[in-house]
Amino acid sequence: MRKGILLVSLVAIMVSIPQLAQSQCKQFAKKTCKVGLNPYQHDGNYHAALLIEGEEAELYKTFYSDTDYRIGVCGAGNLNDIEFKIVDSNGKVLYNNKYQDYEWMWDFRLESSQQLKIVIKVPVADENIVEPEEGCVAIMFGFKDD
Amino acid sequence: MSKNLPVTGKALILLTVIIAFSVTSCNQGAKKTDENAGEQDEFITSVDEGTKEKFQTAKRIFYSLPSPIETAKILQKAGATYDASLLNPIDNQTGYITNLDMALNLGIYTTDLSYASLFDQTQVTLNYIEVAKNLADGLNILDAINENTIQRLENNINNREIIVDIISETLLNSSSYLKERGLESTATIILVGGWVEGLYIATQLVGDDPIESNRIVERVVDQKLSVDFMINLLQESSEDPDAQKILEDIRQLKTTFDKIEITLGENTPVTDPETNVTTLKSSSSHNLTKPVFDELVQKVTELRNSYIS
Repeated sequence: MRKGILLVSLVAIMVSIPQLAQSQCKQFAKKTCKVGLNPYQHDGNYHAALLIEGEEAELYKTFYSDTDYRIGVCGAGNLNDIEFKIVDSNGKVLYNNKYQDYEWMWDFRLESSQQLKIVIKVPVADENIVEPEEGCVAIMFGFKDD
Repeated sequence: MSKNLPVTGKALILLTVIIAFSVTSCNQGAKKTDENAGEQDEFITSVDEGTKEKFQTAKRIFYSLPSPIETAKILQKAGATYDASLLNPIDNQTGYITNLDMALNLGIYTTDLSYASLFDQTQVTLNYIEVAKNLADGLNILDAINENTIQRLENNINNREIIVDIISETLLNSSSYLKERGLESTATIILVGGWVEGLYIATQLVGDDPIESNRIVERVVDQKLSVDFMINLLQESSEDPDAQKILEDIRQLKTTFDKIEITLGENTPVTDPETNVTTLKSSSSHNLTKPVFDELVQKVTELRNSYIS
């Protein structure tokens, strides 16, 4: 009977860990990334995930002409600076933050509405690492009036 | 059979089921693909082959749909006016019993309240946030909109910036709550509902005005750019019959959007050294005709009315 209780407790812990991590990810996105969008208005969308070092992600979004945008790509403290680049539908790289000292946000406006791709990479801190770090990465968008 | 199992046996079965469920839930947040593996190499060239093999994972793909607040904002900037008759009446809320109806109309009402708030319709905003709260509660999205949210709205009813910020926060809370629990498809359906409502308001505001050089019509054409993202997102929820139903609706709409061709010229990024803001200079054009616009208006109206009825 005691073994059963122990197993069920173990299960409860295992189930709660991923959800706890996701919850911490939300708090990180809200408290760190969203706040940093100011004075731009956050659009309300939530894009955050637990990524491991070396992992890459892409996000596709339509951006509208004559609107001022801020893209914020934030990584948790245990991860190295996050690399991100902006690519248009023709594959042209429009911005790459590795040439801007890994600045975590980018302000821009467009003359034509279009789809853009944000490519995110969590750099590997140490080539000889055995266990890669995992941490929250959030992508947020803000806009503002002229 | 199970009643003959010892407690540890039952616990082991429970453990297996829960772990399987847990793993499935974790993977629902993002679709993975390795189709751009060549590009990924460019990023990890500094890592030795052994480490590269260990760490090289398939890319995660995300799509960001226009949020209700963004939809309302671009409409306002395009010169839209406020028309209360275009909103989904709040009395309709009692008819939304199924999860699908509640999710679609949570999106629809959120676009309505975003639209009202941007035109300083304070009482309407308060009324619609109450309705949105009821639907969020119905979907068990706990605390996305609570009494504190409504109190903050009432206290700042004359401050549009704070109101928009509160709406944005409720969207973030709803979306994150659902995604944390692997309910991506519900989060997508809410956004699709909001998007359809924005399209409905925009097309109705155009009315009989000429479509040429019409800024609202330009915004309607821009929506073509989000249709494929919407379809991709809904396709990811292949196990959810609600998402599949909405997918068919959006595919129907896409057949009309496909009649519009948008041509985009080359982008040239130019950064202002003083403001550090980059302008993506480019030109674009489209071939929208009045018959295609009318077809779009008809389809959007029928779809939206089917969602709110």
